[in-house]
Amino acid sequence: MQRIGVFVCHCGTNIAATVDVKAVAEALGHEPGVIVSQDYQYMCSESGQNLVKNAIKEHNLTGVVVCSCSPRMHENTFRKAAASAGLNPYLVEIANIREQCSWIHKDIASATEKAIILGKAAVAKVHLNAPLTAGESPVVKRALVIGGGIAGIQTALDIAEAGFDVDIVEKQPTIGGKMAQIDKTFPTLDCAACILTPKMVEASQNEHITIHSYSEVSDVKGFVGNFTVTIKKKARFVDETKCTGCGLCTEKCPMNKVPNEFNMGFDNRSAVYIPFAQAVPKVATIDPNYCMMLKTGKCGVCSKVCSVGAIDYKQEDKLIEQKYGAIVVATGFNPINLDKYDEFAYNQCPDVVTSLELERLMNAAGPNGGTLLRPSDKTHPHKIVFVQCVGSRCDDSKGKPYCSKICCMYTAKHAMLIREKYPDTEVYVFYIDVRTPGKNFDEFYRRAVEQYNVHYIKGMVGKVTPRSDGKIDVQASDLLANEQLHIDADMVVLAAAIEPDKTARPLATMLTTQMDTNDFFTEAHPKLRPVESATAGIFLSGACQGPKDIPETVAQASAAAAKAIGLLVKNSITCNPCVAHSDELMCNGCSSCEKVCPYGAITYIDKEFKMPDRTVAIRRVASVNPAVCQGCGACTVACPSGAMDLNGFSNSQIIAEVDAICK
Amino acid sequence: MNKNLKEQVLRSCGVNVLKCMRCGKCSGTCPSYDEMEYHPHQFVYMVERGDIETLMNSKSIYKCLTCFACVDRCPRNVEPAKVVEAVRLAAIRQQGNNHMNPNQIPEMLDEDMPQQAIVTAFRKYIK
Amino acid sequence: MQVNENKEFQPLIVAFCCNWCSYAGADLAGTNRLNYPDNIKIIRVPCSCRVNPMFILRAFQRGADGVILCGCHPGDCHYTSGNYFTRRRMTLLFSMLDFLGIERDRTRVEWVSAAEGAKFAATMNEFTEAVKKLGPNRRLEDLRCRKQ
Repeated sequence: MQRIGVFVCHCGTNIAATVDVKAVAEALGHEPGVIVSQDYQYMCSESGQNLVKNAIKEHNLTGVVVCSCSPRMHENTFRKAAASAGLNPYLVEIANIREQCSWIHKDIASATEKAIILGKAAVAKVHLNAPLTAGESPVVKRALVIGGGIAGIQTALDIAEAGFDVDIVEKQPTIGGKMAQIDKTFPTLDCAACILTPKMVEASQNEHITIHSYSEVSDVKGFVGNFTVTIKKKARFVDETKCTGCGLCTEKCPMNKVPNEFNMGFDNRSAVYIPFAQAVPKVATIDPNYCMMLKTGKCGVCSKVCSVGAIDYKQEDKLIEQKYGAIVVATGFNPINLDKYDEFAYNQCPDVVTSLELERLMNAAGPNGGTLLRPSDKTHPHKIVFVQCVGSRCDDSKGKPYCSKICCMYTAKHAMLIREKYPDTEVYVFYIDVRTPGKNFDEFYRRAVEQYNVHYIKGMVGKVTPRSDGKIDVQASDLLANEQLHIDADMVVLAAAIEPDKTARPLATMLTTQMDTNDFFTEAHPKLRPVESATAGIFLSGACQGPKDIPETVAQASAAAAKAIGLLVKNSITCNPCVAHSDELMCNGCSSCEKVCPYGAITYIDKEFKMPDRTVAIRRVASVNPAVCQGCGACTVACPSGAMDLNGFSNSQIIAEVDAICK
Repeated sequence: MNKNLKEQVLRSCGVNVLKCMRCGKCSGTCPSYDEMEYHPHQFVYMVERGDIETLMNSKSIYKCLTCFACVDRCPRNVEPAKVVEAVRLAAIRQQGNNHMNPNQIPEMLDEDMPQQAIVTAFRKYIK
Repeated sequence: MQVNENKEFQPLIVAFCCNWCSYAGADLAGTNRLNYPDNIKIIRVPCSCRVNPMFILRAFQRGADGVILCGCHPGDCHYTSGNYFTRRRMTLLFSMLDFLGIERDRTRVEWVSAAEGAKFAATMNEFTEAVKKLGPNRRLEDLRCRKQ
């Protein structure tokens, strides 16, 4: 027999002014199972809570209904009070008679009547409440960072700083990402490599950090605190433990006409290569698409010259499995492919380059040793046109609908650097808007205009035509002068939009995290939880979540690290007990629930059942992982046999509420 | 400003002028820019403002080649050429007669004139 | 549930509200003292997708005159995709009610965010008026369940 206590709150006059609380307490006192029904001035106050606690002890209550304000306000207060009096906190129900009754109604009689009905519904529900215990799930004290750019490096360093082991998985042979390719950084104009490479070295030397370069995540299983990740270490045909990075093999390799992707294809590398001088790990990698030994079996020069015998042509892809408590996604971005924008003649003319290509052309470690030369004839350009928003801010069919955010600033940087180094060069920037929100950003842009005399023209380039004399005709509008311009440029630089890395979408599927239509990872809350994904235990760092410049990326990387550390310091995590559970005897293993679960919390297991005729049958039944289930209840409705139910909001509880209201 | 006229133009071209982000790529790409008093981006903006009579009275509406370069290159898919065409139609409807007699066309032709322009001329001037 | 000739018909309306958006929206309506009729009785559910169409039929069987289901706006679901399931399931239920000859306007799905207290109140006012016009639910009510 249930022993239920009802406690009606006056909330000063907030409730008592429009609801006759005494009458509510009186009426609910007659409900079946209710053995005590009281009202009090302020139920949430210390003495009000004591009233509840004492009643629980005195009457040995099995359920509590508090008629008060919204459960969103004080449900936890009363649950805690019940728990301290020895009652399971999930045996407390709140009837919302303030926000949803006294505050919206004026007529005392009808408001009182409604309050009684709401109270009755809560009593009917609490009759069916079951004591719930929040489960605990252990946390593996190791984090995985996917992506080894500046975001991934910063996140890994911060997590390692806190004393946890971190693995970085990077698909390229070296960590460093896009920042390693950048020449200078805005708005301070300090060299990117000078600030990045020490961090790369720090990451490689940190005892808590393991770098899996030339590797990919191939499978993710598990849930917050307990992910099992399979990492594919691609065969690099060089023994990482033996290679010293001396570079002799790269010099002797006869296959030395491979486009160098680090320098955006402006120069060549050999088939066995180290991407750049400061690569981490500094280990050679053999490119199987070009290596003669791997393709035809004839060569083997590198293995002959290697003094430590690190070359291993028989190496194969290796799968390693590792458990992690938290995963940070830092897959970064790429400039978009410009094939679609043939009006800019990017594919026709070598002197039309993207901004990232310009970074390499101007970099001291780049193909021209830091002298800006036209890629076509290696002459010094005297007129350079920058085009903004190429592929950004477009209608969906024409490109990316978002602003790529970084282009305005890096274009100002490029323009300024060129004018600084080559004052005889005319620089034109065609812009739609100059967007410079950021510390010292607008000052920087103004400096480009005022001090360096860069010609900023409000308008857009309509057509770029390479001419036979080597010049490039740039046809553009100048909206403020209301005229159409023709500029005979030597070089055109396109600020290509940036997009998330192509590997991000399959990764999101593996991680069961959400992405927006542009393939950027979606944060759990756009304002208040910007570095967490909606999937527990998965955090977002850097440009995989949206376009970002370096300071923002680093800030987000550290924030993601802080969130991951907050998870890793726990020995176990408390799970929400209001989760789905399946009645195995009713489940027919149809998979309907598995398909609707947004968290992948439902799996199928083969279980032995003793049949009435004493035989044992193996049946496929649904099993909910309570650590992963968030308790939405989608599966309960999908289940055709009614086996799936939700703790705290069970079918019978909701029906009891419906019945109580409709009586 | 004539509200009905604006609505008529917007309906006949089917263009959402509010999509324009004022980048000016249409005017940057327009081959007959120098011939025109009002340029493609101005057409879009002035239609948005409802300043259509000015456009109708301008020779610009007959200078557009309808080459659709602006339509092809507009990053926002605004389709300025359709706006120009709609204003032209509005003008022709209001005049109630053709801007040009078909008999005049042969003597205006010259070797450099692209075929597209002739086709366009017919589309423009004949009901 | 007696229909008194002197008194205006007062419908009984059950509202299912998802905990994260619509229930919070209802709370906001209360906090802002935006009146809506006391005919509305709210049942809290974790997500609109928790609402089994059976619950709605149950409410009608027990004598409710209208049922309204409120959830987060599409794309804003706390559980990312719950309200999409709701939308599909309810479309199906509504077409079935149509088939059965139940007035379509007795049930409704509305998206109300936690910030839309005013919308919540306006929706409830409007829905109550709509149900009042339809009169008492007689087709689905099970008379055996009627309180004596």
